[in-house]
Amino acid sequence: MIRLLALLVTLVQPALANEVIVAGMSQNRVSITADFDGSEILIYGAVKREAPPPEGGPLEVIVTVEGPSGPVMVRRKDRVAGIWLNNAQVRVDSAPSFYAVATTGPLESILSDTDNLRHGITIERVIRAIGIASEADKAGEFILALLRVRTNDGRYRILEGKVQLTEQTLFRTDIVLPANLTEGEYKVRLFLLRDKRVVAHQEQVIGVRKEGLERFIFNLAQERPLVYGLVSLVLAALAGWGASAAFRLIRV
Amino acid sequence: MQLYLPIAEVSVNAFLILGLGGIVGFLSGMFGVGGGFLITPLLFFIGVPPAVAVATGANQVVASSVSGVLAQLRRKGVDFQMGTVLLMGGIVGSAVGVWVFSLMTKLGQVDLFVQLSYVLFLGLIGAMMLQESLRSLLKSRQAGGAPIRRAHVHSWVHGLPFKMKFRASGLYISVIPPLLIGASVGFLAAIMGVGGGFIMVPAMIYLLGMPTKVVIGTSLFQIIFVTAFTTVMHAVTSQTVDMMLALVLILGGVIGAQIGTRVGVRLKAEQLRILLSLLVLAVAIRIAVDLLVTPDELYSVAPGVLP
Repeated sequence: MIRLLALLVTLVQPALANEVIVAGMSQNRVSITADFDGSEILIYGAVKREAPPPEGGPLEVIVTVEGPSGPVMVRRKDRVAGIWLNNAQVRVDSAPSFYAVATTGPLESILSDTDNLRHGITIERVIRAIGIASEADKAGEFILALLRVRTNDGRYRILEGKVQLTEQTLFRTDIVLPANLTEGEYKVRLFLLRDKRVVAHQEQVIGVRKEGLERFIFNLAQERPLVYGLVSLVLAALAGWGASAAFRLIRV
Repeated sequence: MQLYLPIAEVSVNAFLILGLGGIVGFLSGMFGVGGGFLITPLLFFIGVPPAVAVATGANQVVASSVSGVLAQLRRKGVDFQMGTVLLMGGIVGSAVGVWVFSLMTKLGQVDLFVQLSYVLFLGLIGAMMLQESLRSLLKSRQAGGAPIRRAHVHSWVHGLPFKMKFRASGLYISVIPPLLIGASVGFLAAIMGVGGGFIMVPAMIYLLGMPTKVVIGTSLFQIIFVTAFTTVMHAVTSQTVDMMLALVLILGGVIGAQIGTRVGVRLKAEQLRILLSLLVLAVAIRIAVDLLVTPDELYSVAPGVLP
């Protein structure tokens, strides 16, 4: 009995921490339909306290949204015999398809390197690239290029100061999901920080799925590729014949 | 109006795609080319992943070719015998081409290989056609009348065995040259991911001496089968045919092809050839510039595969 009680106490321990996040989202699933054109998600929350706010620096909040990860190839072009061609490549084990970091202030002044490393908050800490140094000289430049290319695509975003915090308690932020979204689970993480250290964190998930016609076409292509190919052909032939017949009618 | 493409996983403007399909369809109806060499680079440009662009482009070419062939059929512009012979050669050539393509993929330079073959063949054919048609145009101007065109010129080609009568073309020649032409076009088509009409059309005019009247229809006829084969192959092996994208492209394309066929009939054969050669040259130059000019971004990111 005592042992059980002790276990309970240890289980409840994190909840007894001074400050706890209570959070919600405007939606926890995104449906990709034929007219999908990106989506905006409101992430909001409050800081629950059993006692007055502790001494120390002001409260800061970081919200990250991370899309499904996968391996990527980063290639570099070089001029060989007057022609630009892919001459070097590096394989990155895992990079998220989407990553946004929203904060209440500049990252370097609210987050310490140790806690960034421990929780993997900035995009540099999320990309996994083990042993790339052996693949090409200046492998680090390939990682920088990956960040640059994906930032330009709008896939990686740093939104410093985009989290609004009121009265050290309520916070909210809007994250825009782009139109070229990959299907999968999007991990939302919320961090509370004081004196550059994470004092509380929480995770939520947004499910992004194709729906309706998009779902049907995608499934058919994946599960019955031959049928899918033939259907595509028949549709193409029918469209070609239909247009020809329609134009003949117009002319006569 | 934005449209999310289920296979390409990008969102595009539906009207842009519709217009793109329309322009390419117009050109394909006018010149008898499938338009694959135009549609694929254009799709790259608007952000469709290359693999999806190649496979979906092939599907679109099927539709515009069917539409074009039907229009040509009514004016008896299709030589089915010649088309079948060309197609037989084409299938053999395309099988070899697919094999070479996979070999190049393993070597990791398939992009460069495709680009170089575009520049080389488009440039070569475009320049040859332009020179020839300008010369004949000049000649007809000087003569002040229609150019005198001999029905056929006897050459070594006519000494080959296995002769066959091609009624619609008014030719009595050996089946070996069309088989070889079909095979080399099929080979190039598989490598470059196109129907091969832009190679086929000049080859039929200059090498086989077919009358221009039947060239376009016959070319389209065999392109239907080559691209149909390609579409199914891509759908089965890599699931990269985007039906949604194809349908919108097709909708624009079939309408464009019908208009193009009608415009093409009004133009003189020489004018048509000059226009086609200029178009082919323009695409070749565009791709060559990409290879020669320092790119803004030296690095590219592509989703990798698990080892």
